[in-house]
Amino acid sequence: MTDVLAAPTGTEAPRSEPPPRRRRGLGDQAFAWALLTPAFVVLIAFTHYPIVRSAMASAQERGGEIGTGQYERLVNDPVFWQVLKNNIWFALGTVPTSMALAILMAVWVNNKLKGQAFLRLAYFTPTILPMVAVASIWLFFYSPGIGPIDQLLSAVGLPTRNWLGDPDTVLPALMVMMIWKQAGFFMIFYLAGLQNMSPELEEASTLEGASRWYHFRRVTFPLLMPTTLFVFVVAVTDAFKIIDHLFIMTGGGPNNASNLLLYYIYDTAFSFFDPSYAGALTMALVVILGLAAILQFVVLERRVHYR
Amino acid sequence: MPVRPRSLTGAAAVAGALVVVAGCGGGGDGSGGSDGLTMYYPVAVGGPLTEVVDKLVADCTEETGTQVTAVYSGSYADTMTKAQTAARSGQGPDLAVLLTTDLYTLIDNDLIVPLDTLDEDLSWTEEQFFPAFLASGEAEGKLWSLPFQRSTIVQYHNKEAYEAAGLDPEQPPTTWEELEEHARQIQEQGAAEYGLEIPSTQFGNWMFQAMAIQQGVENTPGTDGFVDYLDDPGSVEALTWWKSLADEGLMPSGTTEWASTPEDFLQGRTAIMWHTTGNLTNVRTNASFDFGVSMLPAAEQPGSPTGGGNLYVFNRGDENSRAAAYEFSKCLTEPERAAEWSIASGYVATGEPAWETEAMQEYAEEFPEATVARDQLEVAQGETTSHENGRVAQAINDTIAAVLTGQAEPQEALTQLQANIDQILQPYRAR
Repeated sequence: MTDVLAAPTGTEAPRSEPPPRRRRGLGDQAFAWALLTPAFVVLIAFTHYPIVRSAMASAQERGGEIGTGQYERLVNDPVFWQVLKNNIWFALGTVPTSMALAILMAVWVNNKLKGQAFLRLAYFTPTILPMVAVASIWLFFYSPGIGPIDQLLSAVGLPTRNWLGDPDTVLPALMVMMIWKQAGFFMIFYLAGLQNMSPELEEASTLEGASRWYHFRRVTFPLLMPTTLFVFVVAVTDAFKIIDHLFIMTGGGPNNASNLLLYYIYDTAFSFFDPSYAGALTMALVVILGLAAILQFVVLERRVHYR
Repeated sequence: MPVRPRSLTGAAAVAGALVVVAGCGGGGDGSGGSDGLTMYYPVAVGGPLTEVVDKLVADCTEETGTQVTAVYSGSYADTMTKAQTAARSGQGPDLAVLLTTDLYTLIDNDLIVPLDTLDEDLSWTEEQFFPAFLASGEAEGKLWSLPFQRSTIVQYHNKEAYEAAGLDPEQPPTTWEELEEHARQIQEQGAAEYGLEIPSTQFGNWMFQAMAIQQGVENTPGTDGFVDYLDDPGSVEALTWWKSLADEGLMPSGTTEWASTPEDFLQGRTAIMWHTTGNLTNVRTNASFDFGVSMLPAAEQPGSPTGGGNLYVFNRGDENSRAAAYEFSKCLTEPERAAEWSIASGYVATGEPAWETEAMQEYAEEFPEATVARDQLEVAQGETTSHENGRVAQAINDTIAAVLTGQAEPQEALTQLQANIDQILQPYRAR
């Protein structure tokens, strides 16, 4: 980090009066730290300190003594395993699909065609909406009987469903909404990646007689790997940390069928007022996300072509 | 302009300023000083009720001379969360309207004070409030809250749908059998998509308690914050019946949303609904058809739990501010205001004196449906109130959802539920 920050000042060295070299180095160091301070302060105050506090809270047993009681509870808590399972399904259901859709849309709107700007905007629109608004809209879409989806189904003679009131359909219903909301957002990253790509590559492929699919598979997609990694990280963490829609749409029900880990943490901490157990659950979430991040950056990074 | 190391101090100053700003952002709101009190209140039913509360608060500010900031704080659950978290950081409200069922949770967390510490003679409450409402503010032999927005569950029916189905619109069902018959006939005649809706989310446990009471189950309110009625044979009967209504298609399958049930009723999707009296004014204002309100039907006996919120004085500030908070809540619950609030919201006016006010008598004459909930108090029981109320209520709701969605059978689910609740409440038994 400090090297990067020092670089611009270094290039100016010939122009400005050269101060003694040693002092300058120290000053650069200090300056870099000063620039990093605001971010550090915010990160420590709102991320690291709360993690430590959660860990401390999770070590408290009922009655105040220190122990692993909360973690024993966690292992034996069927709701915890259920929300974890839901969360993994939710990630599996939303991440690959929304990324595939995002690439597809990006390639599509990267072409030169009429109404390109309009198309891009159209795909991006769900992203500009706040999650709460999206949830309210989809709550109406899914409302049994009077919602547009059921209206449409009954118009063509298909049976209607209580989408959010049925444990079999509630999670898939939420996944569809999430994909709709997120694909446009990821498209923007892919679009940026595509626009950075030199048109010569495509010309070369055309000259060599490669099919468009072959070009995409062997040239475009590998070159988009850094974008894919980035989007993947964002998508996976989002699958674990976006829960706004649960407040509006299901409250985690019916019978925890749509409950996700973070929402369960919220409930435990703020509806059941059990900060110790919420702390233990939080540590579980931190570990899961930490493992995911390590896996992504260590394992996948090796397979990513940076230029 | 070249960036110089000497702007280090500038950068540090900016960083410092950021921290200060961040600190202020967290600390500025919600505190009631000694010269002004804060009151949290939820709105759990339809209609523009915040204005009404603001007016009541303004009136009482004038009358008592105590400056009170009324903070609308979302649903009951949101309000409880806010009050709890704010209290933990020493900034809680001075008084709040919270569910009567949160009584033990509030006591266990030492958040509220018993009213006998503020008033030596509380005999006035017995004259002013219905005993059924007052009872839900009592624990450990003390009174902890004053009835404010109280309700029971009532049965709403769409008179036009009744006529269309060839039923007498003035004869709503009074027994479970009649309810099923009417619902079936309404559906068969195509007068509505569903005969009946009983919401099963958020307050599903409340609806379930009503059915258990009707089945003759004893002690549904619980004793000293412990609940033991869930695996009673009558409770199993109640849940089996609820499930059968959905199986027969008289009710939507799966869970039914608390908030969308009145909407379905107003749209004519369901001809009958069970809901809080708190929605009476909402339905009255928005129904495009004639509707009736009646007591819940009987199985072994009629009955409904009471519900709604009471005014609690919080355990903060000094003696003077608590005394002021108590005086203020007394003012808010005076008969005249109780009548005004009841008419505006649909909640049941909280006592005989309120019903004797001129405004209330006029209202009752013009809109006799309003008296149904009061009359039902004769057969009402207190709402289930336990320690760890949030967790217990959630456990009951989860079980109801599991049964209604076909994931579990009533008997096993309720036996398991009672065992789970016993386990949740175990630490309180040891004390």
